[in-house]
Amino acid sequence: MDLIKVAEQAFVVETPMFPEFKSGDTITVRYKIKEGNKERIQNFRGVVIQRKGSGITETFTVRKISGGIGVERIFPLNSPFIDGIELNKAGKVRRARIFYLRNLTGKKARIKEKKMKFDTNNQKK
Amino acid sequence: MTSVFGADGKNIPCTVIEAGPCVVTQIKNQDVDGYDAIQLAFDDKKEKHTSNALLGHFKKANTTPKRKVVEFKDWEHQYSLGDTVTVDIFNDEDKWVDVTGISKGKGFQGVVKRHGFGGVGGQTHGQHNRLRAPGSMGASSYPSRVFKGKRLAGRTGGDQVKIVNLRILKVLPENNLILVKGSIPGAKGSYLIIEK
Repeated sequence: MDLIKVAEQAFVVETPMFPEFKSGDTITVRYKIKEGNKERIQNFRGVVIQRKGSGITETFTVRKISGGIGVERIFPLNSPFIDGIELNKAGKVRRARIFYLRNLTGKKARIKEKKMKFDTNNQKK
Repeated sequence: MTSVFGADGKNIPCTVIEAGPCVVTQIKNQDVDGYDAIQLAFDDKKEKHTSNALLGHFKKANTTPKRKVVEFKDWEHQYSLGDTVTVDIFNDEDKWVDVTGISKGKGFQGVVKRHGFGGVGGQTHGQHNRLRAPGSMGASSYPSRVFKGKRLAGRTGGDQVKIVNLRILKVLPENNLILVKGSIPGAKGSYLIIEK
């Protein structure tokens, strides 16, 4: 286990600093998309419903409602394609994985907002 | 296993292998043994867990007792008794290695898992309980018996498996580690043979 971490360390590249976020928070992920030779940035804004894994393989799932249909996207946290993450709202939830949100729509699918000071400078990843 | 991000940003699944340092414990040659080979030993063990015969064998090479002893043929370099072979012999220039290991034991398995049979194909039309059955095997009046070697259910896994042409992603000499792309046979912590 320890040696796996050593090996992972050899591949760690400098990624931009992201704000700390957890499930229930609303975030915007700026994701780089390659189309031929051109590169553009796509924003994906939604609620974080889980964070999974640790170290270099950590991922998080963002859920949003797009055109009345729920869309979920899993991002590797250390992916070089992630240009940045913006924390829009801090949510107050009791669970680390809020999959119950999938069965809720409309007013029921709201998440209580936690009051917090917004630190515009991105903190520790 | 873990995964790393490649130069183009793609997520590459990979396995971390601790390779060496191995000690040369015997050099076999044409005159004495009838063939040329080098015997390597890896992973220390206690003297009290070693038989006297092996203890003497390791003493000849002036090394501590080892758990695993394997012979290799066709070496580029010349080694002498007691030399250490490290992961340095693999470098990023040789891009491919073959890895041999003992696959994980799966116990008694049916033909679908063991030999990749397709099963019956459907769940309805009166199949009831025959979903993963091997099907007919002895035919009719001819041959009216089951041929030898017919693939049937049985103990699965625990065999020697060799995976050829795994790409080396990185060699870390200070930790004796090799990262290869993809998966390799065997459980965590089991022994492997890596060849160029």
